Amino acid sequence: MNVQFSGRTLFLAGALCGAGIAFVGFWALGTAAEHVVLRIGLPDLPFHLRLDALSAVFLLLLGVASVGISIFGAGYFRAGQGTAPGLLCLQYHVFLASMGLVLLADDAYAFMFAWEVMALASYFLVTTQHRIAEIRRAGFLYLLIAHVGALAILLCFGILQGGSWALTFDTMRAAHLTPQWATLAFLLALFGFGAKAGLVPLHVWLPEAHPAAPSPVSALMSGVMLKTAVYGILRVSFDLIGTPIWWWGLIALALGLFSALFGVVFAAAQTDMKRLLAYSSIENMGIVYAGLGLALVFAGLGMVSLAALALIAMLYHCLNHAFMKSLLFLGTGAVLHATGQRNLGKLGGLMRYMPWTAWLTLIGALAISSLPPLNGFVSEWLLLQAFLLTDQIPRAFVNMLLPLGAAVVALSAALAAYVMVKFYGVIFLGAPRESSLVNARDCGRLERLGLAWLAAGCVLLGLMPVQVIARLNAVSTLLVGVGLGHHAQHWWLLAPLTQGRASYGPVAFLIVVLAVVLLTVLVVHLFYHRRVRLSVPWSCGFGQLDARMQDTAEGFGQPVRHVFQPFFRMQRELPSPFDRAPKYRVVVTDRIWYALYEPLAGLVLRAANSVAWLQQGRVTTYLLYSFVTLLVLLAVVLA
Amino acid sequence: MTLTELFTQSLEIMVAVAAAPLFLGWITQCRAWLQNKSAPSVLQPYRMIHKLFHKDAVIAANASPLFRIAPYIVFGTMTLAAAVIPSMGTRLPFTASADAIALVGLLATARVFMALAAMDIGTAFGSLGARREMMVGFLAEPALLMVIFVASLISATTSLPAISEHLSTEAVGLYPSLAFTAVAFTMVLLAENARIPIDNPATHLELTMIHEAMLLEYSARHLALMEWAAALKLFNYACIGFALFVPWGIAAGTAAPSALLIAVPLLALKLVVAGGGLALIETLSAKLRVFRAPEFLASAFLFAVLGLLVHLLLGA
Repeated sequence: MNVQFSGRTLFLAGALCGAGIAFVGFWALGTAAEHVVLRIGLPDLPFHLRLDALSAVFLLLLGVASVGISIFGAGYFRAGQGTAPGLLCLQYHVFLASMGLVLLADDAYAFMFAWEVMALASYFLVTTQHRIAEIRRAGFLYLLIAHVGALAILLCFGILQGGSWALTFDTMRAAHLTPQWATLAFLLALFGFGAKAGLVPLHVWLPEAHPAAPSPVSALMSGVMLKTAVYGILRVSFDLIGTPIWWWGLIALALGLFSALFGVVFAAAQTDMKRLLAYSSIENMGIVYAGLGLALVFAGLGMVSLAALALIAMLYHCLNHAFMKSLLFLGTGAVLHATGQRNLGKLGGLMRYMPWTAWLTLIGALAISSLPPLNGFVSEWLLLQAFLLTDQIPRAFVNMLLPLGAAVVALSAALAAYVMVKFYGVIFLGAPRESSLVNARDCGRLERLGLAWLAAGCVLLGLMPVQVIARLNAVSTLLVGVGLGHHAQHWWLLAPLTQGRASYGPVAFLIVVLAVVLLTVLVVHLFYHRRVRLSVPWSCGFGQLDARMQDTAEGFGQPVRHVFQPFFRMQRELPSPFDRAPKYRVVVTDRIWYALYEPLAGLVLRAANSVAWLQQGRVTTYLLYSFVTLLVLLAVVLA
Repeated sequence: MTLTELFTQSLEIMVAVAAAPLFLGWITQCRAWLQNKSAPSVLQPYRMIHKLFHKDAVIAANASPLFRIAPYIVFGTMTLAAAVIPSMGTRLPFTASADAIALVGLLATARVFMALAAMDIGTAFGSLGARREMMVGFLAEPALLMVIFVASLISATTSLPAISEHLSTEAVGLYPSLAFTAVAFTMVLLAENARIPIDNPATHLELTMIHEAMLLEYSARHLALMEWAAALKLFNYACIGFALFVPWGIAAGTAAPSALLIAVPLLALKLVVAGGGLALIETLSAKLRVFRAPEFLASAFLFAVLGLLVHLLLGA
């Protein structure tokens, strides 16, 4: 199938389907749950589907984000070395559909089916450039961790069915588990969905798979697929188990906070732009899981209105992240196509050559740095408000330790701003670090439209928190029984608790800043003058400035590497003073890889080697095995 | 929104914008006195700004529009920040839109725009300054938030006017937690406003500068706005400090305009004392190496956390 057809027609049709899904999700948020039983699949094992508020909000997220990504994809994909465009288009849409099915599934069978299709479709999408060995390796790592996770989820469903062996979610809701079994089920779910969400230490696939995949696929995986893991853990802990135990939340909270800090610290040290964004995804999922942890703690202790606050904060962050991260990934895609570079050290100054991409990406970068009045700030604000209420928890020590979590959230948010200044500044600002960059051309119309859609989402989610929360209330009502009230007199003022306690009005915020800016421009220009002279940048009297004198991506990451040294495993190569061609090199790698995965892989390898002696390669031995097996089975049957 | 509230709100903004360079001039003067130098007039910052506005703007040929709008955005956000800090009255119509957390976000917005603008031209100093400023930022911002959290946990609100109303109605010295956070806040103030020991405001060309390094490419009206915004930032930080730690005298409740008659001179007095104190700290301390800055700010953060723990343990 040619690129033009699959691009222009099929991807745009996909965008239309996305809009349809978004509409269904939006509509279903305000209505009662609906069930459907589809007579497909295995005999006697039909697909049960259910659309309730929780599914609806994630469907909405899937739909709205995929509209932007598909429109961008329509202009983006072109014939190349990897998968043929027609096949790629098929994989992409199977991936979208399977994510939709994950959200709708109402029995473990349909869920696992959709979950596996999702994993496989995304695996094939990640390995689009399958001729490159490194990319095949990244894909394999992703597939491996996805399946370890899927196994845990399967076991979790096995516990949840509670002995009835009916795998519909309805029987799981009705089943009564002892606290021990419920805890085991929760931990399995946390592990299984955590593997998909990229929680530390199960995050290792993210920084490998995201750079490998084509940008729209990275956007879809990071923006949408990671959220299916959030959906899963919410579904299991609040809906299927039903009554969470409060200290489960502490585990989720600790994992989330650690992932947030870990992710953002590593993001600051990266030199590959997509790898940087992948680590930033780990950070954001960490923040989401911290919100989940808080919600579990509050819900487990019966503080439902506070649980609603934490839940809405995390759902809001999921929505935000879908827009911001997709926007940033697509921005890197546009840069990649224009320059052929993913390495931050070979980019720079692109704002002058790709103004559309640059300005639209700026919105995403500011939003993800959680700066008001954009959307990232709203969820951070809500989450911090939730943290500020943890001193009311009726458990000694816990109520003292949890407010400190706010410090970690604040630190991650501030570091995220650092990372984004690095990301944006090195790619789009400054002077081009390679001479070929002056030929970079801005992306096409469809790509701009896709970027603009997502940027508009970031702005709207930032400016209309009251309206968004009014919709999200349906979810928290479903899960914890209450929603978040609206305590302000004005439609634009967000006051989740009481207006005296805390309020935030982004619209007024924006209007006043804009008014002051315009007024200042006017006053300065009227009272003084607007003369401008263009000149060369000041070189401190040194002579000619050179693009290589700018800070590099490595240099920009250096303060973070210095401050958070224990996080990293650094290999430095420093030349001797007498070296004729000195080379400086620092390789930053993940300690967890060496501390956890390599020993684990060694263990698996040793175990495999030790059972290898069974494989003698002689037919007689194998016949003996069959005979012994037969005897044992007969003995079992007779006994 | 009554007329009085609107009046207080506009008065606050105008006083902040107008008096910020004066505060800076006062600190510079105190510093000169303490160091046995002949002091410039307190009006010197105004003369600087006036002079800069008259000059032709010289801009690097490869500057992007971001470089040219950043000074206006930074100035605008700082003015907005001045509007949400209760320096004279607590009944400010605009504070409903931005609580203390939003205020910290607002300051971060200004910082990010400044850093991006500094990276725009692609000079060595610009990006160096941007990176250092963001480093100071990511260490100082959590510390500032922790300071604010202690005050909000005491007053059960994150709205800054409500916090200072609550604190001003209590007797003096009841909060040991606030003593710790006051130390933390002072350290954050020094770091965020490019004062000694983190940065030297008197330098224009040395390898360890932070704030000035980011402004090297700016000239004329853009530089004037950036400098004015920096003065405004210092003024805002001082007012945050007053609202949290010495809230007495701020016209609370539905006070009549007559309360402002006390609030305005009292604010002036607080500023005079604070300016002298800042000058003293700066005179007594030496500038730290850039990589000692994290230790300085980490101790600020720890002081704030200590304040939080003291509050949670003692309930005070």
